[in-house]
Amino acid sequence: MTGGNGGDRPRVGVYVCHCGTNIAGTVDVESVARWAGESLPGVAVAREYKYMCSSLGQDLIQQDIEKEGLDRVVVAACSPHLHEKTFRRACAKAGLNPFLMQMANIREHVSWSAEDRALATDKARAEVAAAVRRVEHHRPLEPVKVPVNPATLVVGGGIAGIQAALELADAGYPVYLVEREPSIGGHMAQFDKTFPTLDCAACILTPRMSEVGQHENVTLMAYSEVEEVTGYVGNFHVRVRRKARFVNEATCTGCGVCIEKCPQSVVDEVFEAGLGYRKAIYRPFPQAVPKFPVIDKAACTYFQRGKCKACEIFCGPKSIDFQQQDEVVQIEVGNIILATGYELFDSRRLPQYGYGRLANVFTSLEFERLCNAAGPTNGKIVLRDGVTEPKRIAIVHCVGSRDKNTNEYCSAVCCMSALKFGHLLMEKTGAEVWSFYIDMRPLHKGYEEFYHRLLDEGMRFVRGRVAEVTDAAREAGEEGRLIVQYEDTLIGKQRRLPVDMVFLMGALEPRRDSKQVGLRFGLSCSMDGWFIERHPKLDPVATMTDGVFIAGTCQGPKDIPDSVAQGAAASARVQGMISKGSVLVEPVVASIADERCSGCRICNTLCPFNAISFDAEAAVSRINGVMCKGCGTCVAACPASAISGAHFDDTQVGAEIEGILWDALPERGMAEVTP
Amino acid sequence: MTETRFEPRIVGFFCNWCSYRAADLAGTARIKYAPNVRVIRLMCSGRVDPTFVLKAFACGADGVMIAGCHPGECHYLNQNHKTMRRHALLRHTLRALGVADERLRLQWASAAEGAQLAQAVDEMVAAVRAAGPLQWPRHLREDAPGLDGLQRAAQARDRAAGAPHGEARA
Repeated sequence: MTGGNGGDRPRVGVYVCHCGTNIAGTVDVESVARWAGESLPGVAVAREYKYMCSSLGQDLIQQDIEKEGLDRVVVAACSPHLHEKTFRRACAKAGLNPFLMQMANIREHVSWSAEDRALATDKARAEVAAAVRRVEHHRPLEPVKVPVNPATLVVGGGIAGIQAALELADAGYPVYLVEREPSIGGHMAQFDKTFPTLDCAACILTPRMSEVGQHENVTLMAYSEVEEVTGYVGNFHVRVRRKARFVNEATCTGCGVCIEKCPQSVVDEVFEAGLGYRKAIYRPFPQAVPKFPVIDKAACTYFQRGKCKACEIFCGPKSIDFQQQDEVVQIEVGNIILATGYELFDSRRLPQYGYGRLANVFTSLEFERLCNAAGPTNGKIVLRDGVTEPKRIAIVHCVGSRDKNTNEYCSAVCCMSALKFGHLLMEKTGAEVWSFYIDMRPLHKGYEEFYHRLLDEGMRFVRGRVAEVTDAAREAGEEGRLIVQYEDTLIGKQRRLPVDMVFLMGALEPRRDSKQVGLRFGLSCSMDGWFIERHPKLDPVATMTDGVFIAGTCQGPKDIPDSVAQGAAASARVQGMISKGSVLVEPVVASIADERCSGCRICNTLCPFNAISFDAEAAVSRINGVMCKGCGTCVAACPASAISGAHFDDTQVGAEIEGILWDALPERGMAEVTP
Repeated sequence: MTETRFEPRIVGFFCNWCSYRAADLAGTARIKYAPNVRVIRLMCSGRVDPTFVLKAFACGADGVMIAGCHPGECHYLNQNHKTMRRHALLRHTLRALGVADERLRLQWASAAEGAQLAQAVDEMVAAVRAAGPLQWPRHLREDAPGLDGLQRAAQARDRAAGAPHGEARA
């Protein structure tokens, strides 16, 4: 490939696109092209054409590169986000380094947003002048090739993480699956049935859990957390803390005698959502993977009072180890998939619904445990007293969703969960079930049909937000019951409905520590706290950090099929990287000129990706080109101009500023502005 | 350019990920706004060297808009926080130089906020139009004799130091 400054002034070709009438309708493209050819220094060829992105338009550029000896190209057309790759490729085909091409955005930023033709044409000229002046200073760049470690880290052992881990492991690649809780399974393990098919959640999930647990390619690290991530795409170094279980995994058989013998019971706030009890030494649920129990130090009689050791006494293989310490493990991986899931909205934040104050107001997660045959009531739907069957039940939608006071977004799954609840409640109790919704949103395959099925089954639907759930009886028949105060917006009336039981469809919220976790892995969060994907439509599982992918509800509320699809998609992206063996990294990175660097270290603290380190021996700072993402913040900060940002260096941006203001110094002319 | 109305020239430094895309979106949605902001795309608002802003004024800009992702949504985690710091200092400096606040605007715009960005552009154009032309180049020219002396001194210093790149300076 040719390119670069051969000493002579570069020969620039300018191509102004009509985009049919999209640009030409508002901008006088002929005059812009003519003016560029006649007045702009360095321009050897200037043309306009109907559609530059068509193959004929691209041919035009290629022919000129070959015949006219162009070594710089400016395409004035649409946004570079649309066609920069197209025109870079066209240049590369003709033997010109693709980074010697610059686009001027005269469609989105000019013709589509301006009304006055003369002003729009003026702005287009400025954008073209800026591109021409800038491109002269471009230098040829080559992408950097980096090898990819075939091992992958999956963080989070819910259904999305399990799917991602299994697909990678089945493809023959090593996987480290790190889970914070003592068992994998995530929220799905707590569910009773899944909508709309009413499959038993455990029946479809637990086989996958044991498959992951036994897979020869999977290293399962449950009850562990990632502490630190360094390195870059293809070569991440990860430090994992394996929390002490106080059980020796090498000898434990998972028989469960220790759990049976433990005298200390505590409320299980996690798996049983506060409805049931567990022992101080426990397994979250019978099918837990891994099968090893864990001692809850805060609840254990021995740890608190120094006496007991019942578990140790009865353990056959002598696997209880009260001295066990956390273990810190270092692993090396090429890619990372984050599937850290969601947290359920804390319904106490909306006191008008009475959760935590009125005994018979329940959360959706509590419903799942009440309904589950392995749950605290053996699947019987009863009031908080443990015996009374409800006669009438209210389900309140959008608790913490679609509400400017809490979360503006729709949590996507609650409408369908509510329908599932309705079906199961009517089936199990024969009670009347009332659903209070804003809009019914059964979006996917078979969902609308399920909604109709519930309509046929006699579930009652009221469109309107519930104002209050109270135990203050006002009318006859309300004493001793819960009263739902609501507006039926379809008839425009305020109503009261006495019920026995209320379920709140709480929002799906980001994990409380999602910001910190995001920072650890180089991801950013939206204002809501969900991880941001690389592109909301076209790149939903990749992130801005190369080699780090996201799957499932950590990216935003979604149901099980969507989480599984994302887990599979993320694993496919990783497999693509592994089978390629190496990745090309964009060469838009910063570098430091040693002879200019004073070693002041101002730049050291500015890089969020830790790409800058200080070489104490040479007393200069250095940038790791693979870790650098090319934001340019350090370039702007260097007081000695020692740092240069490839493709966005001071000369290039400076030239662009001069060009874009070409008409601001009429009497001096653009050429004179150069310092 | 019409003779009756002053059309300010405003240079926009827009980040690649949020604000540039917001401007793209404004166009795609055919939202009409003043054509006075001419956009320079940078990877991040953190790349905006304060000297870029001074250079834009020196080259004849009447205003400068720096646009980036919302705090907390930066594609480089938190580099826009550094933009915020620099903007505060730069505004302080510009005030000392007698440049009115409305000539430098820091604007957050997510990739979904085309309408908001367009509105911000309109607001800024109206404010700068009311403030009138800045005319740094003319003032610089009038002070040229003194400046030339300074520039010669600086060049001589650079030559003596053997500056490797001769990087462009405003």
